[in-house]
Amino acid sequence: MDELLSEFIAETNEFLETVDTQLVQFEADPNDSATLNNIFRLVHTIKGTCGFLGLPRLQFVAHAGETLLGKYRDGSLNATPDSVQLVLESIDRIKQILGDIESTGVEPEGDDSELIGALERAAEGILGESTATPAAPEPAPIVEVVSETVESVPLVDDKGQKWDADLGRFLKPGEVSLADLEAAFLSAETEEIPAAVQEKPAEVERRMAPERRAARDDEDDAGAKAGGVAAAAIRVNVDVLESLMTMVSELVLTRNQLMQMARNSSNSEFKAPLQRLSSVTAELQDSVMKTRMQPVGSAWKKLPRIVRDAARDLGKKIDLVLEGESTELDRQVLELIKDPLTHMIRNSCDHAIEVPEVRAAAGKDETGTIRLKAYHEGGQIVIELTDDGAGLNTARIRDKAVKNGIVSEEQAWTMPDAQIHRFIFAPGFSTAAEVTSMSGRGVGMDVVKTNIQLIGGEVDLLSTEGKGTKFYIKIPLTLAIVSALVVGAKGQRFAIPQLSVVELVSAGGTSSHRVETLNQARVLRLRDRLLPLMDLAEALGIQSKSQGDALNRECTQFVVVMQQAGLSFGIVVDEVFDTEEIVVKPLSSAVAGAKAFSGATILGDGSVIMIIDPATISRAVGQSEAIAEESESTSKIGHAKGNGNTSLIVFRAGGNEPKAVPLGVVTRLEDLDAATFEQSDGRILVQYRGALMPIVPADMGVEIKSYGSQAILVFTHNQHAVGLAVDEILDIVDEKLDIEMATDRGGSLGVAVIKGKATEILDVGYHLTQALGNWDEPTKQIKRKSIVLVEKNPFFRNLLSPLLSAAGYDVEAVDTVSAALICAEYSKPSAILADIDEDENSARRLLSDERAQGAPVVALSGSAESDGEGFAAIVRKSDRYGLISTVEYATGKGMAA
Amino acid sequence: MSALAQKTDPTVFHNSNSQEFVTVYVADQLLGVEVKSIQDVFSLHDLTPVPGARKEIAGVLNLRGRIVTAIDARVRLGLEPRAEGYANVMAVGVQYKGDDYCILVDKVGEVLRLDDTSFELNPLNMDPNWKIFSKGIYRLDGKLLMSLDIEAMLSTIDLGVST
Repeated sequence: MDELLSEFIAETNEFLETVDTQLVQFEADPNDSATLNNIFRLVHTIKGTCGFLGLPRLQFVAHAGETLLGKYRDGSLNATPDSVQLVLESIDRIKQILGDIESTGVEPEGDDSELIGALERAAEGILGESTATPAAPEPAPIVEVVSETVESVPLVDDKGQKWDADLGRFLKPGEVSLADLEAAFLSAETEEIPAAVQEKPAEVERRMAPERRAARDDEDDAGAKAGGVAAAAIRVNVDVLESLMTMVSELVLTRNQLMQMARNSSNSEFKAPLQRLSSVTAELQDSVMKTRMQPVGSAWKKLPRIVRDAARDLGKKIDLVLEGESTELDRQVLELIKDPLTHMIRNSCDHAIEVPEVRAAAGKDETGTIRLKAYHEGGQIVIELTDDGAGLNTARIRDKAVKNGIVSEEQAWTMPDAQIHRFIFAPGFSTAAEVTSMSGRGVGMDVVKTNIQLIGGEVDLLSTEGKGTKFYIKIPLTLAIVSALVVGAKGQRFAIPQLSVVELVSAGGTSSHRVETLNQARVLRLRDRLLPLMDLAEALGIQSKSQGDALNRECTQFVVVMQQAGLSFGIVVDEVFDTEEIVVKPLSSAVAGAKAFSGATILGDGSVIMIIDPATISRAVGQSEAIAEESESTSKIGHAKGNGNTSLIVFRAGGNEPKAVPLGVVTRLEDLDAATFEQSDGRILVQYRGALMPIVPADMGVEIKSYGSQAILVFTHNQHAVGLAVDEILDIVDEKLDIEMATDRGGSLGVAVIKGKATEILDVGYHLTQALGNWDEPTKQIKRKSIVLVEKNPFFRNLLSPLLSAAGYDVEAVDTVSAALICAEYSKPSAILADIDEDENSARRLLSDERAQGAPVVALSGSAESDGEGFAAIVRKSDRYGLISTVEYATGKGMAA
Repeated sequence: MSALAQKTDPTVFHNSNSQEFVTVYVADQLLGVEVKSIQDVFSLHDLTPVPGARKEIAGVLNLRGRIVTAIDARVRLGLEPRAEGYANVMAVGVQYKGDDYCILVDKVGEVLRLDDTSFELNPLNMDPNWKIFSKGIYRLDGKLLMSLDIEAMLSTIDLGVST
């Protein structure tokens, strides 16, 4: 992209953020002319630059906005929330166009005439559809600049447009000439309305131009200072800063090496200069770190606008108080917390702050307050987000947590409230009764938490029902330098980020802590809890040079207790060296494949060590648990590790030629007693681990036995098991799977050579589909939608509810509308099915009652005449397929609404 | 790099149809690496292995404050890995897609300017595993030099899949 253009975009984005904030400020106090002048100047600068760069769309939108602002400024119009909204909309449009330019490099096609029209009408005093006569005439005659070169040109054309010499063209309606504008800038300091300028002779103006420009610059600076931004700043490319940072860390390393050498040789003449070098380096490092720092306020600039818009949309009164905006943190961290913070603010506006009536009824001030505060604490930044809203509804969260299966009912009742509140960080958790445009979709707080954890931060909350909620976010100052624990395993050193380390325990040898084993799994007794252990060398797959694992367990080992994603576990290491402040360096793409590491660093002695990614290790711990669970069937097989081979299970099914499936997809191998097989619904089923499992033949030729034992391969998916009946299991092989002859025949992937024999590889997915139909639709299986069925007639009630539950719904069948409403309030169903034959009028109550809001009501009728007007749909009771598809449609709609 | 380039006498081989190579040996095979793609030639002091990475990746090392990924040319070319470890092994430093790499070789020879007339495409019967990494062959007196394709050496390695 053009350098000029990219600079313009960066600059304009900054301007726009300021404009946003200032407009909100201006709306609150329309008499604040200093703010208005600031806004006016910013919008004008944007417009001017756009014209210069040839971006007509931007220019016209900015122009229309400027015209309206001009009216405010000269006092011919009063700022109303609706017209300020229009200006904000034009700012949004500018942002949108800018975003497109940023990604494509050219101004996008588009039509802004509607917005521009609205702005122009607003400028003439007409808002929305109002039919008030265009009151305000064109602004008072504008200064006419006469210059030597354009003397022959008429100053006003036939349409009444004025010629502007500076621009070299006629002015658009409402446009202010450059000269006038500059005069406005001049007068801004003295808060004068620019009218006196008119009398100024043009020639004087011309001659004065250079000085005036200088004056304007000064005034710009003054204005900027008034806005709270230091003017003594220059724009530096981030890359330059990054490379500066790299070089400084290199310098630090070199210094460390030198210092080590000097320490070894006594009375060296280098000692004194080295000492100086050392302190200068430290200072340099500090200053360079500072260049990466930005005040947290720059991430907050958008918030006043967001809160204002949210308050307007929701009909609430909300004040946003920002404190500690000058608290500095690394710009990288800043970028990463922007989105979570915005989300949390939206949440607070939407859910926490009540509408004014409710607040007044509760004896609170009608205007709610959201307070955002940032400060340093122990090398970290703490951001507090406080609201004086409704607080968290403990009972509702508890109910929801129990319902979502996060905790058991008993656990939930014995838990302290604070712990229950923390469930709002659980995935998919939203207690909002209805989904609004800004929040309540249940993808909120867990994402916030994950994002904050990603940068090594944490988030916690404190809530009092009726009083409000306070969120604490703790984040590290910078990501570039982290404190790490250096440990050794099998002679190699690794760094573990200190943030995820909870404590260090020595175990084995003479220590009181002992590592115990359960089958293969190692655990440590720590304060009466069992902590799963993972050997670091094992987790990383380091081959031990000296065989002697049994011996090793007798000597002292160290357990690094870590916490990651709510999981506590221990990593067994051989040595613990030191904690060091390390500079994280990214890995080359070739090494990035080694998932266990998040980066590398250079230690003081110049050696490179790898930084362990705690998330990967915690996953490895979880995996070994899963393996242990499955070990009964797979332990004899062993795991094909990293040689490009696939473990295959070879069996005979219908005919003598071998067939195979990848072992990875098989959950279990079973020999089931054929006498337990049952026939139902034209299928063969067996009761297996407390559920019904269909059994399908692996091949047409397989006859499922009716007595004796039948070899079964069990596949599971989404808690559904399917048994594949085979004649005989032959072998488990570990071979390179190379399908040589592909086939289109259903149920088969192709033929591969395994152990020298042509072997057919079966398509497991095909068989699963045969047996289950919809095995690959996870949502249907996991989350059943609930439905309330209102039907007075017990016959139909008993007929329809099993039908619906077979189709995958949780059905609550009741006989009266009142009961249905209670159900609806409690279970928030996806749809309500109501009989309208018996009593259509009471069924209509479902449509209007607020307890059933959000759930579409489907009318059930036995006769073909009913029209079911007003209901989401109408369906005949006898129409089985129609019923299911209608319900499917209605629940789908309910979710989308 | 400039020091290496100066070794050849520019007056003798000043020919636009020739290229300069640094010759290296990998298990007795003479290979040539184009001078223009080389950043450094150095001998290894310290190497940190990366568990879980591809076997071609010998480890990472610190070269003047930069972290460099070391690729073992022997493993990459499908030869026997060196039994004696990596101490004092010679390395040719290159850059690829903004990352620093070095190729570990057995011996670094000299800088040669080779005329294009002695260049030939890969012989048909060459090992396909070598063909990938070879730009072609130069006929020298008494021996053959394979022009090593550094891009090819590194292009598939960053897929990150451990084999």
